[in-house]
Amino acid sequence: MNIYEQQTKNKRLTAIIMVVFIAFFLFLGLGFDYFYASFKPQAEPVFTENYDGYYETEMKNQPIPYATIIAFLVGCFMVGNSAFNGAQMVLKSTMARRASSLNPKEKQFLNIVSEMSIASGLPKPGAYIIPDYDLNAFATGFSPEKSYIAVTEGLIAELNREEMQGVVAHEMSHIRNYDIRLMTIISALMGAIALLSDFASRGMLRGRSSRRSSGKGGGAIMIAIFVIWIIAIVIAPFLSRILAMAVSRKREYLADASAAELTRNPKGLISALEKIRNAVSHTKTINNGVAHMCITDPRGSLIEEKLGFTADLLASHPPMEKRILALKVMAYGQ
Amino acid sequence: MTVTVIVIALLLVVAIGIYNGLVTLKNQVDNAFKQIDIQLKRRHDLIPNLVNSVKGEMKFESETLEKVVQARAGAVNAGKSGSIGDIAANEGMLSQALGKLLAISENYPDLKAIQAVKALMEELAHTENQIGFSRQLYNDLVTKFNIKQQVFPNNLFASMLGFSPAVLFELPKDSKERENVKVEF
Repeated sequence: MNIYEQQTKNKRLTAIIMVVFIAFFLFLGLGFDYFYASFKPQAEPVFTENYDGYYETEMKNQPIPYATIIAFLVGCFMVGNSAFNGAQMVLKSTMARRASSLNPKEKQFLNIVSEMSIASGLPKPGAYIIPDYDLNAFATGFSPEKSYIAVTEGLIAELNREEMQGVVAHEMSHIRNYDIRLMTIISALMGAIALLSDFASRGMLRGRSSRRSSGKGGGAIMIAIFVIWIIAIVIAPFLSRILAMAVSRKREYLADASAAELTRNPKGLISALEKIRNAVSHTKTINNGVAHMCITDPRGSLIEEKLGFTADLLASHPPMEKRILALKVMAYGQ
Repeated sequence: MTVTVIVIALLLVVAIGIYNGLVTLKNQVDNAFKQIDIQLKRRHDLIPNLVNSVKGEMKFESETLEKVVQARAGAVNAGKSGSIGDIAANEGMLSQALGKLLAISENYPDLKAIQAVKALMEELAHTENQIGFSRQLYNDLVTKFNIKQQVFPNNLFASMLGFSPAVLFELPKDSKERENVKVEF
């Protein structure tokens, strides 16, 4: 797979996820209207006789699907927001600050970032520092023109110039492949879904009593749809997590390989990955929502080192062992 | 009659496609060369500062320092004349001299303790890398540009449309700069 295929694939997948997200919101809104807000277009009107002896039709339900409209607008807003502010949200959630050129080590990091931007022929991304002693790094943004690379303080302190170059080149490849766009959107929308399902499950408890009035015309199909609706709310957060994990794993190999191509020096990245691997502690400032964007799993769990089905399903990164091996094969010819 | 018109129209469309692709690449190649140029200028500006700040500590290495200063002068002159082969050869000489200076400076722990020198060394390493990477990008683009001119059917049109292969930024085959840096103790 070359990088152009990867780019188009990423852009397409991002668009699909955005559409599915809005559709999911619409579905939730419709369900809410139907089950709670008694919106029912096919319901029979009620006829009542008034003073003059005429029959007046009266709809017992309200005619406008407010929740659906609101859900649609909110969905669109969230997708737009995640596209425009997603990167800033991700950076803020890790408490990252701008790298300063006054500190010699950070100056070196800034220099390396501009070197790698020349090597890849892309605009220079913003350089950020995450206040954490663990070793980790990630890239975020919507497009190469507006992208950011963030590394932890620990990484700045531990790695030498060559290793740092490998890590920055790895992140630069994520930027070039448009992995960042997909990852950032998933991160931002994952947060939105978590918030929403929290909101909806609370609303469900409160809404019980009003449901009875509209629930009777249902039948088996209605019950089935209702069940699906509830399941959608409950499992959405899990599904979005698994999606994030599955989407991020394959990309790491490609980014490693592109990094070796950019620096023409796989050894730098190999020794950086070895250092990162030996420091398996928890990166506290990086929360679960950003985990899939990092160069290694910030949760410090050892699931990455295992093989098999559960690891395949839940690990956000391929085993470090395999990544290092793949790079060593590239370095062998040198 | 109609057949001839259709054939000519098709040929024209193909030629336009080839021309646009080549023009885009040619501009990218030119831009990449400008990038190398910027980095080379930056290196030329850095060297006098570096030489001045290490002169005191490295009294016994005046020969190495002298070589760096000379190589810089040669590179600046070559930059004015502007032929790529000439620039590459002279800059290669300068890289060689600087590499030796950096390697020798490892033997002066006092030097590394000076903050200003440390900053300069990092700046120089940074510039060296940028030169390397911009050269890499330039050479990649030149290769792409030349390949695009030589593949069929582009090779039928390329010279007709006024394109010629670009020159790679590389050292001459027999140059001394290809040898590895040797440090004698």
